[in-house]
Amino acid sequence: MKTTAAAADGAKANPVKKRKKAAYKSGHSSMTKRSLRKWSWLFIGPVFAAFIIGFIWPFAQGIYLSFCGKFSVISQARIKGFENYVKAFSDETFFHSFWFTALFAVVSVILINLLAFTIAYALTQGVKGSNLFRTVFFMPNLIGGIVLGYLWSMIFDGLLDLWTTQNLVDNETYGFWGLIILLLWQQVGYMMIIYIAGLQAVPDDMIEAAKIDGATKTQTLFRVIIPNVMPSITICTFLTLTNSFKLFDQNLALTGGKPGRLTEMLALNISNGYSNMATRGMAQAKAVIFFLFVAALGIAQLVATRRKEVQQ
Amino acid sequence: MGKQQSIQQEKRRKAIMSIVLAIICVIYMLPIVTILINTFKNAGAVKSNLFALPNAETFVGFENYVTGMTAGSFPFWKAVLFNVIITVLSAFLILLFCSMAAWYVARVNSIFCKIFYYLCVFSMVVPFQMVQFTLSKTADSLSLNTPWTIPIVYLGFGAGLAIFMFVGFAKSIPIEIEEAASIDGCGPLKTYFMVVFPMLKPTMISVGILEIMWVWNDYLLPSLVLDLAEYRNIPMHIQLTTTGSYGQMNLGAMMAMIFLSIVPIIIFYLLCQKYIIKGVAAGAVKG
Repeated sequence: MKTTAAAADGAKANPVKKRKKAAYKSGHSSMTKRSLRKWSWLFIGPVFAAFIIGFIWPFAQGIYLSFCGKFSVISQARIKGFENYVKAFSDETFFHSFWFTALFAVVSVILINLLAFTIAYALTQGVKGSNLFRTVFFMPNLIGGIVLGYLWSMIFDGLLDLWTTQNLVDNETYGFWGLIILLLWQQVGYMMIIYIAGLQAVPDDMIEAAKIDGATKTQTLFRVIIPNVMPSITICTFLTLTNSFKLFDQNLALTGGKPGRLTEMLALNISNGYSNMATRGMAQAKAVIFFLFVAALGIAQLVATRRKEVQQ
Repeated sequence: MGKQQSIQQEKRRKAIMSIVLAIICVIYMLPIVTILINTFKNAGAVKSNLFALPNAETFVGFENYVTGMTAGSFPFWKAVLFNVIITVLSAFLILLFCSMAAWYVARVNSIFCKIFYYLCVFSMVVPFQMVQFTLSKTADSLSLNTPWTIPIVYLGFGAGLAIFMFVGFAKSIPIEIEEAASIDGCGPLKTYFMVVFPMLKPTMISVGILEIMWVWNDYLLPSLVLDLAEYRNIPMHIQLTTTGSYGQMNLGAMMAMIFLSIVPIIIFYLLCQKYIIKGVAAGAVKG
């Protein structure tokens, strides 16, 4: 331990640094690099092997299968062109689930961010018990989607019993708002944490200066605070958007897509397609479309963030 | 005078805000409290009115917990056990091997390393449905379909986030410290475990918490891979019993089971709240 501290100190001194630079140039320095390479099999081997099994191979196979005809085992699959994609695009349930998901995403992104920001703003005003409140609001986030779904389906059915004879799974509108409430309950706390971090990073003297200049609380909020937490807003918008589009467990456990397939979101729609041999190829094609869509969302997000960073 | 008034106003405003937040908090906890109350009622009372408190007639004590834990051909306690095994093994594998690989990637930085790194980042964007069918077939054919081998699949699919976070941190470790260690005669293994590993600890905790939360609550992967007659984790078990495809269950016991599956999460949260909130924030900013 002593030697490492000394070495770190020594590195700070100028002459040593110069010598180091010279050493780098002569290609002499990377002692660690060269001896590390001999141990590749141990350091990177296991993860690489698991990564091929768990991701690369299934991913490549997935793309391949999306171009194949009917199959029950993968070895039977034969290339058949774009047939599955044509089928996917003419599947009405797929379109319905897309619009259902898109509407769901828009509503949930707006509501989650609005609530999370409001609560985070309230909690950073120095009210008593902020820590306790933060603890409580964040907690539902840790409960898994399946458990969460059943918990809420019981609560909703209990509530609906009080004034109707319908259950949550009997009505598309109930299902939609049920999913929204569930997701709010789960994710507001998470986004609140990110907003709190953003709000705490706003320099105090900036707010002070606005106050001295005679800005009201609302003016300070909209003209000073919100522009300064823009990065947090972008992150949260992106996270809620992708979370909503990828939502699966909660959907399966809360409504299971019922009534009929009316509350089926994209992920569940694709997943259900795999269980039937006749629709397996089409499901795989839908998955590729889904993947491209999510990736495009991600890239759009990245571009938007970059542009904002340049402006600042 | 005016100043004092505004201070008092401010105080009153804060007090009102506290009360409002406290009320929202109570409402926030109501779903869990409702479930807890219902774990003490008999099935009929759960069905007839979910929001009534148990009375002398409907109160059943801890009976629901006993039934919930032990009933059925596949008792709930076994699912809990398998959940623990899968989560602990997966977290261990991911933390150990991904941190090693990340250090290697950060230091060796060859073309292969760069490709591997970008593939890892790429894998974070890919929705699970893309590999759902093919991954389950691959896992089956390699017999990665038991609680003891499924962690290897988790290592592969969870590598993306872990590698990404570890590489980010490993790059910030000054290389001089490692070179000093190697001058002192440490090989790569010794350098890693004696010098690098201790420095990675804060990132280990963040990654560990993210991966534990994911594996513990994961439903789709185990339900596709595990043979459900022999092995189940908690989400699988809840899903199978509630849909009633494997025998109907008493509603009171169902409530107890749901509550019991929340309890470990709450305990875990209260014990390491500080790290969880920090880890989650770190994961969000980077992911």
